[in-house]
Amino acid sequence: MTLRRQPLLLLGVAAAGIALPFVAPDYRAQIAMLWALVIMAQTWDLTGGQTGYNSFGNILFFGVGMYASVVVQRDAGLDYFPGLAFGMVAGAGIAASLAVLLGSVILRMRGHYFAIATLGLGIAAGEIAGGWDYVGAGSGLSPPLFPAPPATANLFFACLFFGFAAFVFAGLAVLYRTRFALALNAIRDNEDKAEAMGLRTGIYKIAAWTMAAFVLGLVGGAMGNMLGFVDPRDTAFAGATFGVWMVLMAILGGKGTLWGPVLGAIIFHIAQELLWTHLLGWQRVALGAIIVGIVVFFPQGILGWARARWPAREGARA
Amino acid sequence: MPRGWAVVIGSAVLGLGILAAGGAQAKVEGDTVHLGAAVSLTGKYTTAGEHTRRGYDLAVKTINEAGGITVGGKDWRLNVIYYDDESTPARGAQLAERLINQDGVDFMLGPYSSGLTKAIAPVTEQYGVPMVEGNGASLQLFDKGYRYLFAVLSTTEQYLASAVELAAELARREGRDPATLKLAGAFENDPFSQDIRAGVLADAARLGIRIVIDDQLPPELNDMAATLAKAKALKPDILVVSGHSKGAALAIRQVEEMRVDVPMLAITHCDSADVIGMFGAAAEYTLCASQWAPTLSYHDDVFGSAADFARTFEAEYGYAPPYQAAQSAAAVLVFADAFERAGGFGKDAVRDALAATRMQTFYGNIRFDETGRNIAKPMVLYQIQDGAYVVVAPTRWAGSEVRHPTPPWSQR
Amino acid sequence: MAANVALLGEAPFLILQLLLDGLMIGAIFAVAAYGMALVWGVMNVINVVQGELVMLGGFIAYQLTLWGLSPLWGIPVAATVLYVIGAGLYHGVIRRVADRDMFISLLATFGLSILLQQLMNQIWGGDVRTAQSGLGTWFLLDGTVTVPQMKIAACGGAIALGAVLVLFLGKSRIGQAIRATAQNPRAARTLGIDTNRVFAVTYGINAALCGAAGALVVMAYSVHPYSGLPYTVRSFMIVIVAGLGNLPGVIAAGLGLGAAENFAGFILGVQYQVAFVFILLVVILVVRSTLLQRRRQYLE
Repeated sequence: MTLRRQPLLLLGVAAAGIALPFVAPDYRAQIAMLWALVIMAQTWDLTGGQTGYNSFGNILFFGVGMYASVVVQRDAGLDYFPGLAFGMVAGAGIAASLAVLLGSVILRMRGHYFAIATLGLGIAAGEIAGGWDYVGAGSGLSPPLFPAPPATANLFFACLFFGFAAFVFAGLAVLYRTRFALALNAIRDNEDKAEAMGLRTGIYKIAAWTMAAFVLGLVGGAMGNMLGFVDPRDTAFAGATFGVWMVLMAILGGKGTLWGPVLGAIIFHIAQELLWTHLLGWQRVALGAIIVGIVVFFPQGILGWARARWPAREGARA
Repeated sequence: MPRGWAVVIGSAVLGLGILAAGGAQAKVEGDTVHLGAAVSLTGKYTTAGEHTRRGYDLAVKTINEAGGITVGGKDWRLNVIYYDDESTPARGAQLAERLINQDGVDFMLGPYSSGLTKAIAPVTEQYGVPMVEGNGASLQLFDKGYRYLFAVLSTTEQYLASAVELAAELARREGRDPATLKLAGAFENDPFSQDIRAGVLADAARLGIRIVIDDQLPPELNDMAATLAKAKALKPDILVVSGHSKGAALAIRQVEEMRVDVPMLAITHCDSADVIGMFGAAAEYTLCASQWAPTLSYHDDVFGSAADFARTFEAEYGYAPPYQAAQSAAAVLVFADAFERAGGFGKDAVRDALAATRMQTFYGNIRFDETGRNIAKPMVLYQIQDGAYVVVAPTRWAGSEVRHPTPPWSQR
Repeated sequence: MAANVALLGEAPFLILQLLLDGLMIGAIFAVAAYGMALVWGVMNVINVVQGELVMLGGFIAYQLTLWGLSPLWGIPVAATVLYVIGAGLYHGVIRRVADRDMFISLLATFGLSILLQQLMNQIWGGDVRTAQSGLGTWFLLDGTVTVPQMKIAACGGAIALGAVLVLFLGKSRIGQAIRATAQNPRAARTLGIDTNRVFAVTYGINAALCGAAGALVVMAYSVHPYSGLPYTVRSFMIVIVAGLGNLPGVIAAGLGLGAAENFAGFILGVQYQVAFVFILLVVILVVRSTLLQRRRQYLE
């Protein structure tokens, strides 16, 4: 409905997204990061917001994608772009298979047990990568250099991530109008009842998590190349940064909505770029305070708040 | 989706665009040259990041107070634009982009740690921005063919090489074949210590020394009991530990607690961990690799001698400078010298001037090879003797004979 | 790996050494876990900031040594300071999330843990800190097995803390109120118990326990602003295995975990010790969910 009601607006956002890296060539690296964060928040929300399974460990898939991609690029002996494409797909495939395997066990846990199990998985993955010589152990890995000047590289990644983000957004917009999304929401609202009504909840949960994992694997592979350095704990399985941020961004914008994670990620990233760097040392204090503040006083997020404030404008929701 | 919120999103996207319109500013404005640096003010490298920043600040302040630098017949002041990289490479790389693109910085000072330098060097390299760094020692930084990266410090493989060499030498003096020696190593699982490990293993292989323990310590570990229990069983002749300040403190504490008798204990980061202050007599006999010592006989016009630098630093910040601060200050001196010789602020002119650097600073001689490493300055090896750091190698600066072997705990 | 196992066979005293080291640190895990079980059981909050409270207690004891006092004073001082901080945290944050969805309290305490980490980093710097207690070392089996007296003292201190807590909960008026609230908050409220105060005291006691444990940690091991999370995770695991309100179970699980970790670190290599802890966490959760599933099937 959103899509039909606001074609102009969507077009506007899309046009702005495409134009941004050309209007502001100096900011291409930040723009690329912005869209990557948008995707992270969107995919987190698929299980966290829509299905009610709050994962603290989706960073696992991001990291697996990053490592797999760079290892493929290192060992396959391909040129840069075929290597990158092949690596990203391989990373996404491995991440998705992991989600199926782990999900079939972990997703049987309810609520906070699931959250803590995923937290454990994310950290354990970083520790294992940090001890494994084949992937560079604690020294990390360096992906091959982009075969063009940095301005081009940043343009490439900005466009790539924007394309992904747009694709994921469109995909979710369609998905959220299907029975599949209704099933996810039923699981979120009352899993026992959903099960009692004959819904095969396990399949739905695993499918949702696998989709998120696939996309995160792709993003991770590209991100490793954009950052130019893969570190087990700080870039790949970066639970303390990307891992926390994706949860926070989705909640900030509004869990369980189509636009919420997008809005949350954009606001978070702009605020971070504008304010963060000037806090010199206090930014993680601020991050902690923001998390507490949002969770305690603003758990419904911006869109949830708006919906409660102006119910009339809400109408039929996307 | 209410229309209002789509408008918010639209304007947020636009806002980013407007922000972008601010664009790059000049790196040289008025009479000031801006250098950029991402250093760790939060996260695991906080302390060392602070030393780094203070080294830069002190050098900039001292140079500016002495009238700045003279380039093209005009006096210029130096200034450093800092960001906090939060000790994570991802952030470091982003901030390097930001410094170069948005702040218009044409010259970079290095971050703290090999990992961060590894993340930032590809960025500066691609933009052709010269970076002089004093805290990225990993050898892997210098096999990538970087042209714009210059390091004033000695690279990792040299850190504990002198200790291994010394052990072999002492064994020969006792009439023992170095090949009968046993070495135990515990290295933190990060780029810096893994490089040290590679260096130690290579030296040991060359001298025929047998490796009996080769453990990797995770960064979170606060207990080395498992490794040290092995050491008690296997009785190595040398125990090598590398894990930044954390590893240094842990090693000395637990070797004492568990009464591990090992004739030679060699570690890194003694002074930044302040092991003498923390552990007193338990730290005696420990060998410590150091990039620099205040007792060395180097000299320059800005700070004076190495001892003068130490005094100035202590007067300013209230503690003796660890070598991390000294090499950071030296990086600024190298830039100042290159600016003056280049006679301008063109990136490539400065890069070529840097490559041709031949100077002595309070920190040591500086001459870069084609990979950008400083090959004119050796590492020094301290030993803790009677509650003080005494240089025991290389012999040219040795203030005292090395005390070896370390007596067993029952006799200490 | 095989070499490490073989080494255990060649030098059996290592087994004793590893076991002792593991048991000694396990006692500290047990104290933190007992506090977590208390908060979980009484107010249904999983306290993710647990490990940071332990670290904070350690830093307070360390601060005392900077002022020239013995770190042993840190045990009561850290406990007192942390009690106040804990009660403050309860009134500021926990009170507002305690009766909501558990994910909310999980995330709120997680935010607190990030905040505390960085505050500690700003105040005491990012270095590993230890405090020297001045105690010596005991030697067993001809000097091959060493037992630092401080570790024994820490272990004993941990057990004493547990004992004091049990007495307190059993005998004191407020302790009884805490137990009553844990059993049925609504009934407790009806009978005139000020549950809000009970919650505040409970959270404060938990923080005080963590603070005292932290003072033991800084003397026997070391503290670091970012080293709290493993303590949280270990507490969580112990509580899951032992269940709520099961003190002997908590102690057994704590000691067992300490020993298991040390053997894993020795056999797999220390670099995998932390990975082992987190994977063990996942395994425990999986086993738990499988057991529950089976029980559900019985009911059907």
